Amino acid sequence: MSLLHLAIFSPFLMAILIPFFYKGFKSIHTGWFVLLLPILLFIYFLKFLPVTRNNEFVQESFDWIPSLGISFTAYVDGLGVLFALLISGIGSLVVLYSIFYLSKVKESLHNFYVYLLMFMGAMLGVVLSDNLVTLYMFWELTSISSFLLIAYWYDRERSRYGALKSMIITVFGGLSMFGGFLLLSIMGDTFSIRELIAQSDQLVDHPLFIGALILVLLGAFTKSAQFPFYIWLPDAMEAPTPVSAYLHSATMVKAGIYLVARLSPIFAFSSSWFWLVGGVGIFTLFWGSFNAIKQTDLKGILAFSTVSQLGLIMSLLGVGAAALHVDFLDDNIYTLATIAAVFHLINHATFKGSLFMVVGIVDHETGTRDIRKLGGLLSFMPVTFTIALIGSFSMAGLPPFNGFLSKEMFFTGMVQLLELDIFNLGTWAILFPVLAWIGSVFTFIYSMMIVFKTFTGKFQPEKLEVTPHEAPVGMLIPPMILAALVIVFGLFPNILAYSLIQPAAAAIIPSLVETGEKLHVHISFWHGINLELFMTLGVFALGALLYVTLNKWDKIYRLFPGKVTLNVLYDSALYWGEKGSSNLTKSYMTGFIRTYLVYIFVFFSGILAFTMFSKDAFKMETSNLASIGLYEIALVVLIIASIITILVAKSRLTAIIALGAVGYTVSLFFVIFRAPDLALTQLVIETVSVALFLLCFYHLPKLSRHEERMSFKLGNAVISLSVGIIVTLIAIASHSNKLFDPISQYYIENTYEKAAGKNMVNVILVDFRGFDTLFEICVLGIAALGIFGMIKLRLERGRANENK
Amino acid sequence: MRTNDVILQTVSKIVFFIIILFSIHLFFAGHYNPGGGFIGGLLTSGAIVLLLLAYDIKTVAKGFPINYITLIGIGLLFAVGTSAGALLFNVPFLTHAYDYFYLPLLGKTSLHTAVLFDTGVYLVVIGVTMTIIQTIGESE
Repeated sequence: MSLLHLAIFSPFLMAILIPFFYKGFKSIHTGWFVLLLPILLFIYFLKFLPVTRNNEFVQESFDWIPSLGISFTAYVDGLGVLFALLISGIGSLVVLYSIFYLSKVKESLHNFYVYLLMFMGAMLGVVLSDNLVTLYMFWELTSISSFLLIAYWYDRERSRYGALKSMIITVFGGLSMFGGFLLLSIMGDTFSIRELIAQSDQLVDHPLFIGALILVLLGAFTKSAQFPFYIWLPDAMEAPTPVSAYLHSATMVKAGIYLVARLSPIFAFSSSWFWLVGGVGIFTLFWGSFNAIKQTDLKGILAFSTVSQLGLIMSLLGVGAAALHVDFLDDNIYTLATIAAVFHLINHATFKGSLFMVVGIVDHETGTRDIRKLGGLLSFMPVTFTIALIGSFSMAGLPPFNGFLSKEMFFTGMVQLLELDIFNLGTWAILFPVLAWIGSVFTFIYSMMIVFKTFTGKFQPEKLEVTPHEAPVGMLIPPMILAALVIVFGLFPNILAYSLIQPAAAAIIPSLVETGEKLHVHISFWHGINLELFMTLGVFALGALLYVTLNKWDKIYRLFPGKVTLNVLYDSALYWGEKGSSNLTKSYMTGFIRTYLVYIFVFFSGILAFTMFSKDAFKMETSNLASIGLYEIALVVLIIASIITILVAKSRLTAIIALGAVGYTVSLFFVIFRAPDLALTQLVIETVSVALFLLCFYHLPKLSRHEERMSFKLGNAVISLSVGIIVTLIAIASHSNKLFDPISQYYIENTYEKAAGKNMVNVILVDFRGFDTLFEICVLGIAALGIFGMIKLRLERGRANENK
Repeated sequence: MRTNDVILQTVSKIVFFIIILFSIHLFFAGHYNPGGGFIGGLLTSGAIVLLLLAYDIKTVAKGFPINYITLIGIGLLFAVGTSAGALLFNVPFLTHAYDYFYLPLLGKTSLHTAVLFDTGVYLVVIGVTMTIIQTIGESE
């Protein structure tokens, strides 16, 4: 347990203390106590930067379940520290923002901060774990805490729906991922990611490789809201805005990105990885941005924009995998895509965090997030407007901001695919830059919508419930810090280059930096006239034109019928899943014991017949049979006649008497087969049970006392015949297969010698196998007590009812 | 109106002792001849059932003031006690022992702990059958 472990667990420890702060210091907003922790963590993780910038790492380990090879190995390298800084940094800002956003009086703050801290700790655990099992544990913890946070206002129906949806989808992905992890550990015989990476060249040819790849990607895609699993993210917007800003823009949705980046060294050698990650990413980029425009809720727009931007990062990671396949080139330009992915990851966290906070402010100060009701807020909230402008323009990719740089790099990465001749890309490669470009145009349009539909245009006071005014300064500070970072990173991108981006990129493609040299980070090449610049200019021109003419062409969204969306698919899948399983269960669980007996007997005779015939087990041998005497034949005839009487008897009384006849005949069998003890017992017991049957018969209710013959049902006849035949066949076969002598010889020899008795049956019962007898008398005792209890308690209850 | 079944009652009184004697014989003969605790117990309760048929439950309960559920417990204690007693002599559970003794009246007699175990069975069987019959008989 090192300081690093303590840092990862500190949010959980803090979460334990929250209720005491909440109850003990009612006058102070609980958030102030929480705020200290992420700031301390941020400072603590900054300490790792000097280590990671030399592509070195820190590793601390303690055993959790050593017998299974599961340890909690904390591992800080460039990628881990980047995410840890994002989590703790944006976490601090979000906590600060939430102090002003959530009311001390109205909200149950202790719940909020406990969930938030749980989430923070889980996220730190995800990005700093080297062990796959620990990673999975923290991964599910993020799902659970995110579920709790989305349903924070649990009395709202939409919140619960959104929480459940995100839970189902992310847990589905999480479990798939766990399956992938297990496959990986089977292939590599270790749970350690670093050890798996070390043997990645052997893993590629393993038969389980492609299965592990797909399962792990399912986990990453569901968590990171990629197509078609993005549908939970828009519904998760029912959460409080600080949660949306934290979870659904900066951290949790990037867990999938992290996973893809972290496992790239293992999987990127496969072309499937390139196709899946790159292809799904680029399509998600296009689809998210296309759908963002038809949203009318500001958070809805931001949700789809998050989906789209995550698609962008994902596609860059996929394309970055190509770098591994062309490392014969001296100047490896394909690492650029990976660098762009890391750079955009940081940029997206900054501008999307600030935009969510802006939307929260607008919501808080006007009472609505609907862009049809908003407008003309510029004069009321100049500061908020400025922040929104910076964030949106950065998201759109306008020049002085950091989004411009990463978008340029994104275009470069995509265009370079055209020059690449791997994986039989051929003409399909053109799809990547084209989709990227179209997606960027849409991104531009919705970015403009966020700023201009909210802050400019006509002010509509009649549609607003409260008079809008500027937010309190505490609420403005966190987005201001983020907006300032947007500008700083935009103007001086190289302050990040060697401290954060290069180590993170090196962690994603370690095989390219094994020689000790560092990746060259290209961010400084942002001036220069090339194809990408013209693409960007085209985005601006077409985007501006389309934004102005939005009213003319937004009818195309109505071309798609509302019934074919993925949400409808999800809802109907749930509906039909429930209805289908309910119908299925109802169809065979009829509630009739008769039906269940049919299942049992059909299964019994079916499985036995199948085994008999598939193993060719039937065998009939007549050499060891005894001769049949006259008495046996007579008794068999008698017993068969009695049985037929039971079946066809019209009166139940006849059936009971016939059953008694069967019992007495059986005791006669015992007599002629020389079992006097059995014969005695059988006689007495048969008498008692017939008496009990008669008792039951006498007490039958008068209503249904019709004397009628058992009706004939063909199905029942077939089943009972087949059971009888199967049992007979098995009896014959087992009698013909005597493999060894019975052990009775021992009893015959030792009954007198060792047990001082002459009645072998009794000696076996009380001496050799007395244990069985002991429990059989227990069974008798239980039966007696059961009958006693049943009858006495029924009487007691009857009296109690009478007294009422 | 209750019929006067004096013949049944008189015969039952005599036959009862014959059955009891036979059942005790079966019980003690069990180790060497057919019989034993189970059938002995069944026959003893058969004798009591005969009295139940001839008289009524209250009269028989007065004649035999026995709580049959307690009898089940005593029988189980006999069986378990005999089995666990073996542990005191450092031999496995349910190990029986026997030897020959000179008793004052009976002379040389073989005594066997299996009889104690069988006594347990005997008592449980009486308790069980009588509990069942009495419970059902008393219920309306």
